Amino acid sequence: MNISPEKVFEMYKTMLRIRRFEENVSKLYAKGKIPGFVHLYIGEEAVATGVCACLDPTDYITSTHRGHGHLIAKGGDLKKMMAELYGKRTGYCGGKGGSMHIADLSMGILGANGIVSGGIPISVGAAYGLKILKKDNVVVSFFGDGASNEGNFHESMNAAAAFKLPLVFVCENNQFGVSTRIDRITNNSDLAKRAEGYGMKGIRVDGTDVLKVYEATEDAVERARKESLPAFIVADTFRHHGHFEGENVTYWDKNELEAWKEKDPIVRLRKNLTIPFGISEEIIKMAENDIEAEISSAISFAEDSEYPEAEDALTGLYWER
Amino acid sequence: MSKKTYMEAIREGIYEEMKKDSRLFMIGEDVGPYGGEMGLSKGLWEAFGDERVRDFPIAESLILGAGLGASLVGARAIAEIPFCDFMGMCMDQLYNQAAKMHYMFGGQAKIPLLIRTPIGGYQGGAEQHSQCLEAWFAHIPGLKVVMPSNAYDAKGLLMTSLKDNNPVMFIEHKKLYQIADEVPDNYYEVPFGKANVIQEGSDVTVIATSYMVYLCKKALTGLEEEGINAELIDPRTLVPFDEECLLESIKKTGRLVIVQEAWRRCSFASEIASVAAEKGFRFLKEPVKIVAAQNVPIPFSPVLENFVLPSPEKIRKAVLDVMRR
Repeated sequence: MNISPEKVFEMYKTMLRIRRFEENVSKLYAKGKIPGFVHLYIGEEAVATGVCACLDPTDYITSTHRGHGHLIAKGGDLKKMMAELYGKRTGYCGGKGGSMHIADLSMGILGANGIVSGGIPISVGAAYGLKILKKDNVVVSFFGDGASNEGNFHESMNAAAAFKLPLVFVCENNQFGVSTRIDRITNNSDLAKRAEGYGMKGIRVDGTDVLKVYEATEDAVERARKESLPAFIVADTFRHHGHFEGENVTYWDKNELEAWKEKDPIVRLRKNLTIPFGISEEIIKMAENDIEAEISSAISFAEDSEYPEAEDALTGLYWER
Repeated sequence: MSKKTYMEAIREGIYEEMKKDSRLFMIGEDVGPYGGEMGLSKGLWEAFGDERVRDFPIAESLILGAGLGASLVGARAIAEIPFCDFMGMCMDQLYNQAAKMHYMFGGQAKIPLLIRTPIGGYQGGAEQHSQCLEAWFAHIPGLKVVMPSNAYDAKGLLMTSLKDNNPVMFIEHKKLYQIADEVPDNYYEVPFGKANVIQEGSDVTVIATSYMVYLCKKALTGLEEEGINAELIDPRTLVPFDEECLLESIKKTGRLVIVQEAWRRCSFASEIASVAAEKGFRFLKEPVKIVAAQNVPIPFSPVLENFVLPSPEKIRKAVLDVMRR
């Protein structure tokens, strides 16, 4: 694989940034600092990271209810993210959206989404719009195995192939839609095979190996950008936490979780950073400390920020400019 | 100025805007070479090509979402849903996605998305091709809801809709498509939130939307000879709604008849009645009357359909009732 050590190290840092962000969110949520619901990405970091490492800042993504990892990997601002989770006025949405609705249109992040499969038709439209505007950007649509049985998924896969759109569908198969294991609700749980039915390339990849995800996506993104062809990537992965924070997980046993933790994407890549990628322990440690500091300052920013005024709820319904 | 049908006026508006703005495009079912299921987009595909006037699969959620996604990246979309009855297939993209994104994302999202769809009965369309579902859309914060009742308003409201950077539900009526009016050939706008007082009167206010305006004109013909001066108001847009015009009118007349084709329960007529009750109670000399479809699915057989839907006779009777005649 032709991938520079710098790129590998960048991806390590992105994965770690996501992990530390999410671990802190978990603690802050348990302490009651963050209201509402949060769905954490711990365990799945290699997917968002490997995919977004192939994108330009001017490319687009659509995301999901489990979106923090996608947003960070696409360049989202940790301070504005954390402030939004707190419901503060300095957050991405001024406290109106929260965890499931963070967007950064200036970074091509067309929004997390609280509706399973809700972002998929939007990604088709973004790709279609780019054709109308004669731009050579690409769109990545993130969703989970849970969304793969929604009509939106099938409508969108069909149209992207028929219209030859610069769109890469990325299904994070974390094995469960809430509590329901994928093989209990579909007769062929090798989801990548579905691509063939739509006349599109399907790729199944180990979603705990960021380098493999990167490699698969690089190829798909290049074809999308140069030949305007869609692709379907299915990344096998697992979330180390429940569907939502605070959930009492009854649907997997500890052994299964432990087996997936053995394949922890961050731990595995960390072992390889020095050999073969030649990054010194000192530089790694320094980067790890920087990430801790970044997260701490995001938390302080959120803590120190003001809540919105109650009456702000009645503003901003329409685009008035 | 020349005589154009409601359909021609809408088509002309789309054509002119597409000619001016290369970011604007139209998608839907059969909108391409076939010219649209109602025939509205005839000639547009020939004029602008396959990418900008695009036949989409019969997949309404995709069509709505595609219009939304394209508008988020800087294009401007017109999405056609050939019957309003099919909106159920794409409601999530409308009410959870398009309607909320500007607010929910803290003001970042600009959504120049026009959704065109025709409503209406009176043609034996039966239960799944006759409905008037405008109350669904008016209920949802974040949408604008437009209901032209004639060709002039149709083109002018279309122009205003295409300039807007918010999702607009543009609700047409199948029975109005072939009705012609004088329509300017040049660019003009009909503003949102500004009702049209079609006929001034001092005894009773009749407020009606879409095809009901046409039926009301028939119903009110000849009442003046009977000594009844009815004022006829068309709000033209439900969201925003011109409350001031309604209240000014009932202040003058003291009587209100609301006419809509949609079912009565939880409808826009109920909303108008609530505005009158909350803000205009002191003006009213008589209880408000609502003429609307009865609360059953719209049946097929003309005998049944006519019984369920409003008619000029029913409207006239309601007016006479509030006049105690």
